Amino acid sequence: MSIEKEVMPGDKEDAIRNKETEGLSQSQIVFRRFVRHRAAMISVFVLLSIFILVFSALDFSLGPIQIPGWWKFSYLDTPELRFEDCPGGVTGCPTLDMIPFLDGDGVVVGQHPFGQDNIGRDYFALVMRGTQRSLQVMIIIGFIAALIGTVVGALAGYFRGWIDALLMRFTDFIIVIPAIIIGSVIGYHIGNLGAIFLAFYLGLFAWTGLSRLVRGEFLTLREREFVDAARVAGASSRRIIFKHILPNAIGVIIVAVTLLMAGAILLETALSYLGFGVTSPDVSLGLIISQYQESFVTRPWLFWWPGVFIITIALCINFIGDGLRDAFDPRQRRKLSLKDKLSGKRAADVEGSTK
Amino acid sequence: MLSYIARRIGALVVILFGSSFILYNLAAISADPLEGLRQSTEPNAKALMESLSRDLRLDLPPPLRYFLWLRGVLGIFTGNFTLGETREYQNVMTELGTAIPVTVRLVFAATIIAIILGVAMGIVSALRQYSRFDYSMTFFAFLMFSLPIFWVAVLLKQYMAIEFNNFLSEPNISISWLVAISLVSGIFWAGVISGNKRQVALIFLGVTVATAALIWILDAANWFIEPQLGIIGMTLLSVATAYGITQLSTGVANKEALRSALAVALLLGAVGYFPMQAVLEFSNKGLMFLGLLVLVPLLGFIASRIFARVDQGPVMRTATLSGYVILVLLFLDRLMQAWLPYMESDAVNFRPIPTIGQSKAELTLYGDVNWWVSTLDVMVHLILPTVALTLISFAGYIRYSRGTLLEVLNQDYIRTARAKGLTERTVIMRHAFRNTMIPLTTIMVADFAGIVGGAIITERVFGWTGMGTLFNKAITGFDLNLLMGVFLVTATLAVLANLIADLLYSALDPRIRVGSGK
Repeated sequence: MSIEKEVMPGDKEDAIRNKETEGLSQSQIVFRRFVRHRAAMISVFVLLSIFILVFSALDFSLGPIQIPGWWKFSYLDTPELRFEDCPGGVTGCPTLDMIPFLDGDGVVVGQHPFGQDNIGRDYFALVMRGTQRSLQVMIIIGFIAALIGTVVGALAGYFRGWIDALLMRFTDFIIVIPAIIIGSVIGYHIGNLGAIFLAFYLGLFAWTGLSRLVRGEFLTLREREFVDAARVAGASSRRIIFKHILPNAIGVIIVAVTLLMAGAILLETALSYLGFGVTSPDVSLGLIISQYQESFVTRPWLFWWPGVFIITIALCINFIGDGLRDAFDPRQRRKLSLKDKLSGKRAADVEGSTK
Repeated sequence: MLSYIARRIGALVVILFGSSFILYNLAAISADPLEGLRQSTEPNAKALMESLSRDLRLDLPPPLRYFLWLRGVLGIFTGNFTLGETREYQNVMTELGTAIPVTVRLVFAATIIAIILGVAMGIVSALRQYSRFDYSMTFFAFLMFSLPIFWVAVLLKQYMAIEFNNFLSEPNISISWLVAISLVSGIFWAGVISGNKRQVALIFLGVTVATAALIWILDAANWFIEPQLGIIGMTLLSVATAYGITQLSTGVANKEALRSALAVALLLGAVGYFPMQAVLEFSNKGLMFLGLLVLVPLLGFIASRIFARVDQGPVMRTATLSGYVILVLLFLDRLMQAWLPYMESDAVNFRPIPTIGQSKAELTLYGDVNWWVSTLDVMVHLILPTVALTLISFAGYIRYSRGTLLEVLNQDYIRTARAKGLTERTVIMRHAFRNTMIPLTTIMVADFAGIVGGAIITERVFGWTGMGTLFNKAITGFDLNLLMGVFLVTATLAVLANLIADLLYSALDPRIRVGSGK
């Protein structure tokens, strides 16, 4: 019996999509989807460039490792204020010139590309140092929150019962306190111990949303057949959690942590702005903005550069998170471009004729 | 249901106890109120330290001190409720009582505007999925997510206040600005109202020219100094409102609804323009607004009885809604008439947009001002913070309403609705939009509560003295009672909002049932 199956347009699109994912593992599919997300890829590139620029420009030390930076000033130096060719008699204006065709002297970096502040400190060095700090804080918060959140959520979701009740009540206690309040309470008194400490303590309170998410994911996954199969085969709880459930929940975790980090960098800048975060003489992006906001009219560059860095970093992370979400979402369907349809049509036709 | 609510409230109380305990101890451990005195070289430092320790009960460890504080809170059952005193021996309750209205005023308008704009943009964005408009909105939303509010605030102060005041002292719109504004509005509306290429080009051209003409007329009529809608503007806007609302709610094909809406709108906005001016001068403003709020549905009801024979419900709804929009316009028009006296007053002196503060105390210094001028004063002080808060928070609504609507549009019942031949307007507004609003409502409720805590930075930047200021004072002054007072308000609001959101959710969506066991 052979009934000619009518090829519906929807089937054809499915055929194209199936063709794309044939013979690929889940992680490969996710990776491919992510790479195809243009905004996310641009963001990855920009973020990486910022990382390299920021961490190579100044001397960087992490314990015994000392990496000298290529930039000529440190953020503590106070070179002489530059008077030449500044409009309106302001001192220390930026020498960076990115528009080669307007005045005809090409791209110039100059002595102080981002200008100088009112006492002559090189602003490029300051911004680099501030961005370093903000990025470090962001990563530490993200890492600690991811660790605690995943562990708490996994334990609560997997074991249920009294462990779940205990852990989730504790989560409820912390989640009710607004992040800015808990951050200020900690930051105002811990901030002078250094940015790393601050980030560490903030991370200890930033995991609550993530743990709820992970718990929900574990609650659904633990009822699935493959978990039953593993249990019947005699796998230990530890093995089930790490080998069977966690890999399936990793998408949700990664996306949530990315967005958490975008929130973390804004939280750090906000706290530093309020004076409850990183404190002088250390530098962070929020702190620089708060220190120089009065000089917006006279020295606008003191305001623009740190802002540009905060926004770019937060924007990139948000876009990467969005790209990751799309990549991990199995229901996500890419809009087929004309080219896909043309090449896919042929593939589907060939498939149809060989059936 | 009742037992469910009771159980939930019980859980809330437990959560509030737990979290206040954590915060109290955290704050007590991390702060040392004696720090300043320890380093002090004054001779009586030791005595001061002792008296301070006695006042703050520093002899007790923090967990025990928490229970002292808690005893005051639990006094709510025995009638001697107290949140303690601040370090300056002020009652925390009175401090909160003056601060809360300020913060609510600050965030209220911003939240409402953010919801309306955000949902509207999100819906258009979802309907034009993968269009340029959609992509720009997505980018815009992410950009707003990434903006620190204190950074935006500096920009707003410079460009919306200082530069705009400069502009107002000599209101001349240059050609380049005129062209730029017109082009932007043309591009925006061409993105919103899509069609084939020819239609898009036509819309773009039409809107651009119309905007340019409007700005030119406003400029020529010296509108920025003496703004008003006037009877001509109100008549035009009444007709436009009636058409717009009818189109959205029942469709203009429903002649009865259109007629009723037009009748109510014109009765209030055009025929009744001058009588309404007299009504707005009524001295008891609260009574007046209440009266108007009741009057409009009454008018809608009468109109629906006159114009419609069957199906009077939707007709009345449309007419009433139009009436309310006209009321808002009338209110704005009256405020605009107060603009010139406000600008001319000595306290303002032609620089109306302030960068800081919540009202001008000097305004009443030079003689009495009428209600409209002082309301206008409050309004102009609200402009910058409202814009800043709106910009930051409406991005979330764009993303959320877009996502929800897209999900709803994929449901089978939407396909059914389309298949049975309903107009696109009915499908979107009646079938899709209503179901989109269900999850959105719950988000909104949670947002209202959360924003009180979130306004801390905004208050600081714009120099308002609300909850944020109290909080600031509490942190920098090691003032535990004050800190706990602020926390208790925000936390109670947050947990209550969560409960209300859950209950609303189950009330709006019959698929979700609460309280039916775990």
